[in-house]
Amino acid sequence: MTIASPPSLTENPQCRDWIDLSPNGRVTLKSGKVEIGQGIATALVQIAADELDVDPDRFDLIAGHTSLGPVEAGTSSSLSVETGGQAVRLAAAAVRSLLLDEAAKLLQAPKTELSVDNGRISVGERATDLTYWALAPTVDLSAPVLGHANPKAPNERRLVGTSMARIDLLSKVASAGFIHDLDLPNMRHGRVLDPPARGRRLVILDDTSLNAAFPNVKIVRDGSFVGVLAAREDEAVQCMAALRMCAQWSDAEGGPHSLAEAIAADSSSVEEVFCKGDTASAEGRVVRTEIERPYLAHASIAPSCAIARWREGCLEVHSHTQAGHDLKSALAMAFNIEPAKVTVIHHAGAGTYGHSGQDDVAYEAALLARAVPGEAVRVLWSRFADFALSPLGPGMVVTAEAKVAAGRITAFSIQSVGQAHVFRPGRGGTVNFIAAERLSAPPPKGIASDVPLSRGGGADRNANPLYAIPNVHVSKRVLHDLPYRTSALRALGGYANIFAIETLMDDIAIEIGSDPITLRLSHLQDKRAATVLEEAASMAGWPGVSVEGEGLGVGLCQYKNRSAYCAVVAKVMCGEQIRLTQVWAAVDAGEAINPDGIVNQIEGGIVQSASWTLLERVALTGDAVSTHDWGSYPIMRFSEVPEIEVRILNRAELPPLGVGEAATGATAAAIGNAVRQALGIRIRKLPITRDAVLAASAS
Amino acid sequence: MQAKHFVLSINGKQCSVAVDPGTALLYIIRNDLDLKGTRIGCGEGNCFSCTLLVEGRPQQSCSLTAAAVEGKSIETIEAIRDTELGQALIASFITEQAGQCGYCLAGILASAKALLERQPSPSRNQIVAAIDGHLCRCGAHNRIIRAIEKVAFGRRMAG
Repeated sequence: MTIASPPSLTENPQCRDWIDLSPNGRVTLKSGKVEIGQGIATALVQIAADELDVDPDRFDLIAGHTSLGPVEAGTSSSLSVETGGQAVRLAAAAVRSLLLDEAAKLLQAPKTELSVDNGRISVGERATDLTYWALAPTVDLSAPVLGHANPKAPNERRLVGTSMARIDLLSKVASAGFIHDLDLPNMRHGRVLDPPARGRRLVILDDTSLNAAFPNVKIVRDGSFVGVLAAREDEAVQCMAALRMCAQWSDAEGGPHSLAEAIAADSSSVEEVFCKGDTASAEGRVVRTEIERPYLAHASIAPSCAIARWREGCLEVHSHTQAGHDLKSALAMAFNIEPAKVTVIHHAGAGTYGHSGQDDVAYEAALLARAVPGEAVRVLWSRFADFALSPLGPGMVVTAEAKVAAGRITAFSIQSVGQAHVFRPGRGGTVNFIAAERLSAPPPKGIASDVPLSRGGGADRNANPLYAIPNVHVSKRVLHDLPYRTSALRALGGYANIFAIETLMDDIAIEIGSDPITLRLSHLQDKRAATVLEEAASMAGWPGVSVEGEGLGVGLCQYKNRSAYCAVVAKVMCGEQIRLTQVWAAVDAGEAINPDGIVNQIEGGIVQSASWTLLERVALTGDAVSTHDWGSYPIMRFSEVPEIEVRILNRAELPPLGVGEAATGATAAAIGNAVRQALGIRIRKLPITRDAVLAASAS
Repeated sequence: MQAKHFVLSINGKQCSVAVDPGTALLYIIRNDLDLKGTRIGCGEGNCFSCTLLVEGRPQQSCSLTAAAVEGKSIETIEAIRDTELGQALIASFITEQAGQCGYCLAGILASAKALLERQPSPSRNQIVAAIDGHLCRCGAHNRIIRAIEKVAFGRRMAG
């Protein structure tokens, strides 16, 4: 079997970068990929336990520790199983092989006759006293993974492919399982003064009266960055509330009135990212659509939180960041110290679904901790900050155009326009922490560069249609002149691009009088895509029966055109309200490491996308975010969630593919297409609300 | 801050605390009493992450002060998890893998326990209504509803 080397092994080539057989009787598995609610901790343990033949309960996981664990790219882009998981599989296989080499020598038996049961070696049927841990001192785990890895064949795996329960869930149900609950000795509580919007300056801060009222609170100020430190959290909270009343900020700056206006005014240029054939000279009738997605909030349930401590010039940060190594480099850059002097340690937070305030708050904790060397400082963001100062998922306008002749799509062009989709700390030559912009000597502002298509794309993610079309043109325009702060939100541009493409596919079907599924199938050469589509259609009983006000719609996606395939059929009931009643999804994620974990991720992706599609919109007023609480930014509730059925097409012989973001675009498209079928009205500007439908039917 | 003494009845114990009268119960529970299973959410009473039981009824601890709950019996997740009903709910949540990040679950457990105590065999709609104030961002809603339904069903069967 040829083994492709996952990128995670390049920087961490040795077995011991991944696995330690200590303490006695335990296996320490090390990973750079962190648990953010997606179940990766469990999947990694399953993979390693299977290769090593050691029970999962013997495993301890070190994940996201920049000093003790491997250097891996952040936990993003649905790559944790694809790259991190494959690296773990190879490392575990290599460790097993090295241990069995040694065991074969000691037992004077051929390696091929050895087997392992929970770390104990058998020769043929005969169990021996020899265990991995007895062998460990004589085995050199600095050996390269790739020289020794010979992972099991798919049919030899026993744990992988089963729905093992999450190893971390119990601690999160009813215990102190989150970073918010971490309590270091003599820890101080910090809070930071929120500006009304990014870019505002503190004009007056008359805090003279506060010293008497809060004698135990330390106020730290640098330019327009102000924080408070107190031994008691409630004291920090109350002092900050009082401080807020003493602050006067510079006036609001202007902003565009609409995304369309911003796009028209922006000086950015069009980048061609993919071209095949010649769309201009292709023959056919033109079908065109333009969709708009608003800015969206990550809207994590928990406030962003971090703890920092400076000791002898070294910085230790506890964080729920998705990208510990990026954070480490950016902190080193921000404080002008050697990266080796920064340690970032991951702790569980609430789901963030992308780059939220998680890194910003870590920087703010480090800034405040600098004022009290040796002491740990915990900073918690306000709900306002998490909505209004955290990066947003950028608004987008996507224009898609097809030419159709004799039932075939002859040409397809798409252009995706919006702000950059990824701007994590340390990228673009700047630290990119929002509080750094408020310092008296702020670092230079960087320019976000969107993710290139070779790395999955940003605004152009999933813009290249999955369908077999002879002439294709894909371009994007990344806007840089807007005041809003944007970065990664689940699926990046993939959500809006799939919404556009799959909306257009339905419009084409209507135009030529074809069934939407039939049209798609007739343009699919990729068998796996066709199979999930047929499966979802069959689950939903497509095309269903015609009931007034009810509609079925479909959407299809292969995430990043290289990860999991997902087809979604949605049913809506359009009466007084637009109600999403049922959703069916079929998924092909290659080898399913943990089937129920996949189902859970797809269900979650469907609900989150349905929430974006039907309810969510960040309101922007000038330079400010004006939706900054759950009242003004509603998300889907228990009473609004549809019934969901997910089916996995397991392909144990194929590489596992990331699923976390696969459902978002297909769900949005399925909902839009279902509303179109139910009402004959096409809503192109998200979200699809009752008001949007009323406005569209009035025009 | 002007500390005042309050005696609170928490998880069956009388706890004496000295806090500013403006301090939210959430901070008293988490910091003064070191019961950190109650989650800190929006702090504005909107997300229900910090839900606990006051006299058996779900309340948001970020929006209560010590004075408001003095003399009342308060039950946090640390006590709920040890009750028979709490154990059954947790076991059901694990069986259904009803959660992703898990941040909303402690508060939901409190509301679910309160519901099942006053209404042993609730309908699905009653379950949904009882937890509809809780926000879950991961999309584990259906699993959470199912986990509670199964406990309700089990109790109904057990009579």
